[in-house]
Amino acid sequence: MGSDIRKLSLLLLFLPFSLWILLLIILPHAGMVVLSLQEKVAPRVYEFGFGNYVDFFMEPIYWNTLIRTGLMSLLVTFLALLIGFPVAYYIAKLAGNRTKGMLFMLCLIPLWVSDLIRAFGWILLLRESGIISSALMASGLIDTPIEFLYTDATVIMGLVYTVMLFMIVPLVSTLDGMDNAMIEAGYNLGGNGFTVLRRIIIPYAMPGIVSGCIVVFMMTAGSYLTPILMGGKNSSWFTEQIYDQFISRYNWESGAAFGFLLLAFTSIVVWIGLKLSGQTLSSTVAKS
Amino acid sequence: MLIRGTGSGAGSVLFKLYVLAFFIFLAAPLLAAGMFAFNDSQFPSLPWQGFTLDWFFNDTEPKLGMFHDRRLLRGLNVSFTIALAVALLSVFVGTCNAFLFVRGRFPGKNFFYILMVLPLVIPGVILGISILALASNVANGVEEAYNLELEFLRPGLLLVILGQFSFITTITSLVITARLKKFDISLEEAAFNLGASRAGVLRTITLPFLRPAMIAAGIVAFLVSFENFNTTLFLVGSDAPLTITMYDRMVKVGSTPVLNAVSVFLMLGSGVLALISLLVQRDKSKS
Repeated sequence: MGSDIRKLSLLLLFLPFSLWILLLIILPHAGMVVLSLQEKVAPRVYEFGFGNYVDFFMEPIYWNTLIRTGLMSLLVTFLALLIGFPVAYYIAKLAGNRTKGMLFMLCLIPLWVSDLIRAFGWILLLRESGIISSALMASGLIDTPIEFLYTDATVIMGLVYTVMLFMIVPLVSTLDGMDNAMIEAGYNLGGNGFTVLRRIIIPYAMPGIVSGCIVVFMMTAGSYLTPILMGGKNSSWFTEQIYDQFISRYNWESGAAFGFLLLAFTSIVVWIGLKLSGQTLSSTVAKS
Repeated sequence: MLIRGTGSGAGSVLFKLYVLAFFIFLAAPLLAAGMFAFNDSQFPSLPWQGFTLDWFFNDTEPKLGMFHDRRLLRGLNVSFTIALAVALLSVFVGTCNAFLFVRGRFPGKNFFYILMVLPLVIPGVILGISILALASNVANGVEEAYNLELEFLRPGLLLVILGQFSFITTITSLVITARLKKFDISLEEAAFNLGASRAGVLRTITLPFLRPAMIAAGIVAFLVSFENFNTTLFLVGSDAPLTITMYDRMVKVGSTPVLNAVSVFLMLGSGVLALISLLVQRDKSKS
């Protein structure tokens, strides 16, 4: 009797989960793969084939954009880790108890506003008539206004800004769990700051580092607003190509192929990252 | 301080300066977006022309304030409806998922847990196009076979809600799961021993324990939904939510200070929500 009720409630709990995952994740993605394998042979006539993928590899601008997006996303991930790690270390280990909570909340502030407003803020700061250019003019350092927008460096900085939070949060939570005695022991055994960092702190924080890097990399590669608004016409971000195929050209088959390629490409990069760092998905992002 | 930071005093000062510079970097674009909402000028740029609240409350062109701009208000209303629906749905499913993964014992649990986390790392653009393509396919199929037009499967409110729900549920599930794990199961056992029913225990003991996490998860879901752009972009119909309306305005009309006013309004709104979620969680940890 009791076990029947248990089974029934398990089944009832499983229902919303399976509906969600099946109808909104698995089926749409399977559908996307099927759609991407539809080749247009005549108006409104389609047949099975790899034509959309062949098109992708035949047209250098497409795969160049994908590779460029991947490389820039890796750079953004690396920079976010490099810039964020000391801050996370400061919050988790050096700040006093009261400042700690406050600093952590401050890190979350960008989460309060949308990508759009953050990018808008950067535009107001960096454009030719923007705050930084005006301030430099007023101080006499430059004579003519400078346009800081629409360069790769600006896009990278904007992306680092957008994803920073998702790097810092997992780093703080792993570093927080680390016993200070481990660091102290490292120093007592004669290690200098660098050795302690390399041999003790980083290995301990590895799950947090990998988790942060995965989320940041996927978010960057899949971002749309920041590259478009801060990079302008020549940002050449791959999501822009997907949008183009879907909305501007109404070529859904090719757009679906591009979407699948982006997903496959980013998943392969994440897989390589996991292998290289000796972590697994369940020890990092899906940590229970 | 037990641990040595970077050793010397100068190093520790440098470290503090670095952290300070980092927070200035975090705040800079938000301050820039905020300050021009109060500048008495047609354009969101320097020089400073004096303080004004016109971009919020003025009712005539050319300085139409946000509270008199009908398209922005409609966008705000649409965003609010969507965010509320997404928050309620995702907290409900998130709570079920928390019970499923904390209490349930079934084969393949780890695999399903990874499936649950997956939507968080799928790029939003891809979630958008895949759901759009599936819904349109089903709608087209039904139309051809039964000559029935399923309007709700075309881009519009329902698809936007489902699209956002598809990854926001992962966030709510993780938040509520974390809380349920801290629950002391002996509390439930005690209630059972005292003769409480299963439903009674859930209602009077377990759910009240989860309530702060459910409220916090709901607030996060609301904010993420309100801010979402990538997934929404592909699923949006004729009722555009606020972020889409603002983006259109930025691209087509160029930036005007009314967008700064909306930014300030949204920052204040999310600030208040974030504060509420903090207070809710603090209250509970004391009791």
